[in-house]
Amino acid sequence: MGRRVAITGFGQTHHSARRWDVNGLELIQEAVSRALEDAELSLEDIDAVVIGNMDHFEGINYVDTWSVEGAGAFMKPILKVTTGGTTGTTIAIAGYYHVASGLFDNVLAIGWEKNSESDTTGAIITCSDPIWDRFSYSGAIPSLAVEASAYMKRYGVTEKDAARVTVRDRANAVNNPYAHLRKAVTIEEVMSSPMLTEPIKLLDICPRSDGAAAVIFSSEDKATRICRCPAWIQAVSVRHDTTWFGDIDYTRLVSLESAAREAFKIAGIREPLKEFDVCELYLPYSFAGLKWMESIGFCGPGEAPRLVWDGQTDMGGSLPVNPSGGVLSTNCIGATGLLRVGEAALQIMGRADKRQVEGARLAMVTGFGGCFWSDVLVLGAEKP
Amino acid sequence: MKRVAVVGVAQTRFERRIVDRNYADLIYEVTTGALEDAGMTIDQIDNVITISNDFWDGRTISSMAITDACGAYGKNVSTVEGDGTFGMLYGAMRIWSGSFGTTLVVAHSKSSEGSLPLITNAMFDPIYYRPLGLDAISSAALQARAYMDRRGANPEDWALVSVKNHGNARYNPYAQLPMDLTVEQVMASRPIADPLKLYDCSPVSDGAGAIILAGEDWVSDLRQKPVWLKGVGYAAEPHYLGDRDLSNPQALTQAAKGAYEMAGLTDPKTQIDFFEIYDAFSYMEPLWLEGLGVCPAGEGGKLTSEGVTKMGGRLSVNPSGGVLSAHAVLVAGLVRVIEVVLQIRKTAGAHQLDRARIGLAHGINGPCGQSHCVWIMGEN
Repeated sequence: MGRRVAITGFGQTHHSARRWDVNGLELIQEAVSRALEDAELSLEDIDAVVIGNMDHFEGINYVDTWSVEGAGAFMKPILKVTTGGTTGTTIAIAGYYHVASGLFDNVLAIGWEKNSESDTTGAIITCSDPIWDRFSYSGAIPSLAVEASAYMKRYGVTEKDAARVTVRDRANAVNNPYAHLRKAVTIEEVMSSPMLTEPIKLLDICPRSDGAAAVIFSSEDKATRICRCPAWIQAVSVRHDTTWFGDIDYTRLVSLESAAREAFKIAGIREPLKEFDVCELYLPYSFAGLKWMESIGFCGPGEAPRLVWDGQTDMGGSLPVNPSGGVLSTNCIGATGLLRVGEAALQIMGRADKRQVEGARLAMVTGFGGCFWSDVLVLGAEKP
Repeated sequence: MKRVAVVGVAQTRFERRIVDRNYADLIYEVTTGALEDAGMTIDQIDNVITISNDFWDGRTISSMAITDACGAYGKNVSTVEGDGTFGMLYGAMRIWSGSFGTTLVVAHSKSSEGSLPLITNAMFDPIYYRPLGLDAISSAALQARAYMDRRGANPEDWALVSVKNHGNARYNPYAQLPMDLTVEQVMASRPIADPLKLYDCSPVSDGAGAIILAGEDWVSDLRQKPVWLKGVGYAAEPHYLGDRDLSNPQALTQAAKGAYEMAGLTDPKTQIDFFEIYDAFSYMEPLWLEGLGVCPAGEGGKLTSEGVTKMGGRLSVNPSGGVLSAHAVLVAGLVRVIEVVLQIRKTAGAHQLDRARIGLAHGINGPCGQSHCVWIMGEN
């Protein structure tokens, strides 16, 4: 790890299925002004901007240059990063390196997506190889269904176990005024929701949302002046799995195992379940809330259902997961990972209002996307 | 801040249409080439930046297609969508941060598989601008016209840029369009978008490039003489063309100022020996030279007509043949960097300059050079 960097401000839009009232630039501007307000900074204090989304959802090429007016990047350095579902965490990690490099003191990281303008599945399908993979790979849900099936078969996990994850995240979303789906659901409602791709039902999967997020990263000496309790970046790690969907080991999330191991080593974390106070995990569907907990190392293989049923990951449990309501409640794809980072930072800063986990000092964030890729960030109240 | 150098480079030959290799093949070719050049193995690379664009690749999450080919599996990897100079920037930041020792930066383009008007039309505001049919070429024509109207630029000077750069390309084995042209031929070439004619425009090219960056603690063990990153700057202008003075590349001026300051250059026009700049259209070379502050506004054309920018002139500009001679979108800026490296190493071959200690590489993003990235590199 390099120079110390902390998050000093976070802003997000109000998310919904369709933000008719704003265009893309205005959506971005809404998140940016809220982040500046949160950090009590003005645009003049921002040295550089990093932005990202997934091109084919809005059909806008070169989003960095298109967004200059909305992003507040006039005559500033601006860079675009993009990695599919992990885009949001990729943006955060880029924001971190921008500051850690010593080139900049305050960097604005922006993620956004206006999914209502897209054919989401139509766009996602084209990620697979046009000759070999595309005919068999029909979007995000079927590939996750393969993963869920393999996991259920190996460990005897049930659809009802997964439903418990949805119930938790959706209950948490009620406390988050920005969340897209703010209505609690029951196990029965999840189980009886329409089947999409066996075993994934409608309430097992994330929505598609319009929204944007903006996070301000600051250098060590700026951070302590801007924010009473900034969220320090303790570790970041990225792993991208193979190019081909057929080469994936669907019984493990290898990329998350590897990224978590590296991040924990950097941050000196030995017992993640005990040491973390809160998690904001990129769980795009309910089964991930079981299997990926095991990949991170919160428990052994096949043990996650017990962890979740025991309430340990609920608000008030020993390791609250997704106090914000998570991806199952809000999913503006290019912003989704950055929302996780911002929400985790709010927890450390003690600014999460009704969704605050009391005394949160160490938080874990993940991003998921691409061809079963994973990003991990560790945020803490202590300087690394 | 740790010192960072370019220690390995590779580029493919650029062609109008590469049919025997897909773009992952091209990435594999330059990845192995750059490793070979540096005398490194893939295990010595601790992080990777890929540069790709979903529109040009016709795939969403386009970087997914090259994870294997660039050896990124198991490593920290990220993707910049933009010109190669910007990808290199993120690669360098990661070493400057102290987190990494060696970054592989790869870029590819198979523009031949896409439709330039459609793809570049998609970079404009969808409501007000796209229906006008604006694309990379028609917007450049507006900029060229503004340059003439506001600065008195002369298209015959631009023709001379085309003659010079295609002429330089004759000595560069990687260039796509080495040509013996005359000003008359350029002026008489087919009109594309007034005032731009065929030979004012860069070609559509397929190809790839790669560089390896390394921190100072790495360079002594490697095969090549390191070429040091001395300064960098980047900045963006507004999106709407009507809100810009297209004849005044103010973002470039600001980016250059940042790069010069970081490199400790006080008088760039005498301290920089040569320039590799993003001449996607002939008029861009003099306009960017003005933005870079090497001559007063409106006098860029004179630098060409007076021979100052020719190979071996006081300011050699685009000795490689420039973007006019090979334009693989996204790769082209990285090729500017690669060419600066080859010159400073004194391994540029037939287009080697005598004096090449400090060089400038430049890349652009967005329409009419809306966003610029400027690198200063040197032997010390």
